[in-house]
Amino acid sequence: MEFEQEIREFINGRFGENVITEDNFRNQLSFIVKPAAVYDICQALLEDDRLDVKLLADITMVDWLDHEEEKKGRFELVYNLYSLKHKGRFFLKTRLPGDKPEIKSLTPLWNGANWLEREAYDMMGIIFTGHPDLTKILTTDDLEGHPLRRDFPLTWEQPQFSWNKDDPPEVIK
Amino acid sequence: MAESKTITLNMGPQHPATHGVLRVELELEGETVVKVRPIVGYLHTGIEKTMESKLYYKAIPETDRMDYLAPMSNNLGYCLAVEKLMEIEVPEKVKWARVCLAELTRLNSHLVWLGTHALDLGALSPVLYTFRDREMILDIYEACGGQRMMTSYIRIGGLAHDLPLDFDKKVRHLLKVFPEKIKEYETLLTENQIFINRTRNVAVISAEDAINWSLTGPMLRGSGVKHDLRKANPYSGYENFDFEIPIGENGDAYDRYKLRMEEMRQSLRIARQAIDGMPEGPYRAHVPGVVLPPKEDVLHKMESMIFHFKIITEGFKAPCGSVYQAIESPKGEIGFYIVGDGSNRPRRIRVRPPSFVNIACLPALCEGGMVSDVVCAIGSVDIVLGEVDR
Amino acid sequence: MGLEERIPDSIILTTLDKMVNWAHKRSMWPMTFGLACCAIEMMSASMPNFDLARFGMEVFRPSPRQADLMIVSGRVSRKMAPVIKTLYEQMPNPKWVIAMGACASCGGVFNNYAIVQGVDRIIPVDVYVPGCPPRPEQLINGIMKLFEKVEKSSLKDKHEEWGR
Repeated sequence: MEFEQEIREFINGRFGENVITEDNFRNQLSFIVKPAAVYDICQALLEDDRLDVKLLADITMVDWLDHEEEKKGRFELVYNLYSLKHKGRFFLKTRLPGDKPEIKSLTPLWNGANWLEREAYDMMGIIFTGHPDLTKILTTDDLEGHPLRRDFPLTWEQPQFSWNKDDPPEVIK
Repeated sequence: MAESKTITLNMGPQHPATHGVLRVELELEGETVVKVRPIVGYLHTGIEKTMESKLYYKAIPETDRMDYLAPMSNNLGYCLAVEKLMEIEVPEKVKWARVCLAELTRLNSHLVWLGTHALDLGALSPVLYTFRDREMILDIYEACGGQRMMTSYIRIGGLAHDLPLDFDKKVRHLLKVFPEKIKEYETLLTENQIFINRTRNVAVISAEDAINWSLTGPMLRGSGVKHDLRKANPYSGYENFDFEIPIGENGDAYDRYKLRMEEMRQSLRIARQAIDGMPEGPYRAHVPGVVLPPKEDVLHKMESMIFHFKIITEGFKAPCGSVYQAIESPKGEIGFYIVGDGSNRPRRIRVRPPSFVNIACLPALCEGGMVSDVVCAIGSVDIVLGEVDR
Repeated sequence: MGLEERIPDSIILTTLDKMVNWAHKRSMWPMTFGLACCAIEMMSASMPNFDLARFGMEVFRPSPRQADLMIVSGRVSRKMAPVIKTLYEQMPNPKWVIAMGACASCGGVFNNYAIVQGVDRIIPVDVYVPGCPPRPEQLINGIMKLFEKVEKSSLKDKHEEWGR
């Protein structure tokens, strides 16, 4: 694919020292970069009109607790970028440490990143520095903790059948 | 000197015009809107967390309940993503049947949108017509999957059961009758002066702004950007079908209305091609250990029964890696990002919700306009709260 | 009307009860309270194919001050629970509640941190309609059961029940 080749040249050429690895699982191009470089790469991509990578489709976060992948960093942040002219998609992935997951916010570049980052903060506790309004968006205000983390329990309640209908509902963590 | 002060008005979670439980905080100066702040989360269900604790197969009914107006397209997106992760090739008949059902789903969703959008703007008749005609599509869903809305008919590796025997007859009857009905809705609304006054130059967004706000679907196409995932990155055999993508010019609510009406016609065109060229063949792929064997084999053959037992109780082990599959749902680009970690449960299933990203741009659509245009803007963005909050 | 509180216990009402119950039954006004997927089936039930208007439920009032019946259709999340309680308390007596669907009756498919396991933990419910989502005919069946309950009730015992 010529688009993939162009993206590889762009990122490896200008930000080569920040790229940790490159991946092509199931024909999907993704780059694992250092957290500090994400903002600069996105800014450079927005200024380049030939590549036309202007659509930030998604910001996803994964929690690798209790898995051997955790050695590279507990939280993985995935930026899903799409080019409308070349109809190609690629991913920028970074790893953040478990005790201090902070990264620079992309809201100055894309307006659409505002709510996506708020959701990442609410559900997994990743702090985006420079975000105008980093507050809870989906969960209740009195819920402490971040639901999508692996150590947050699902809080499954034992259903009431006829044999335990007089017991109070037991919450299984 | 008169000082103008603003009042804060709460368009609360329970409101007849917000299509569900969306709360909007408006700051008004007279009738002009100064600031808009949508607040979501009143339907947050924790679907992504629940899906992490289930096997891949058992997470399919959860996907139905997200965008509940287009349930089959959610199923399709999830199953395509899992098939990509496990490298499963589906037979041709499955691809054709999935395309036919996905287009009927698009028709279903646009009919509800049309009815409720017109109802918000004061037109009380179209909603009765669209819901009556929607019953034909729900009839087909019930024949396929046994349930009117949450069928979970599209499964990993194929379909739940074979297509019903009268599927062909029902779909052909629908295709014969529907073009007249679309003309009926257009007669009521397109040249209607009141409708035009309420939707022309209301909730306008330009093409660069739309791309900056990460909008997809009819919101993006209404501003003139010709982008449709069915043509750009075809999935499930869409490259074999012949259809057009309508685009708008100004990016206002009237253009989005005309765009969705034309999309309904194109859906009928694709469904006709699908039903005319439907090939024969198996309705499920044959991948032992991953895809459930057909029920007739399970009852008669020993290996099938053992595989059935193992897949239902233990599931299959996914490789360690992540895939992303996006499809063009009626609301926009819905994508499923599935991360497998070597075990039989997914590490993370992320749903890229089109309505969530689309409703975030409500400030850009409404600020500076009138209060009654907020209702029109919410209607023309076409949100489904189940998908916004998941 | 205020008449209910002033009737002493020693009076038995028969025809007055029947008349009042008939009036309550024949024109109960539901409130637009669709939360999630079940709301679409509730809307379909009021549309031409399964007409709810023939039972007197022609108008769905958006304001709780003008409604008698609250059909809780859809999953109740923890963020929405205080809103439901406020809306229930804003409805004037007599009022009834139908919990439509599995999620409103008992939490349904979702058993996790975000969903209240049944709306009857917050407000008193009269009729439960199971299904996910229930067909419009099932909802109409539930409404008919509510009508049977209304027929058997009396003017006198209402103010005790709703004191909760």
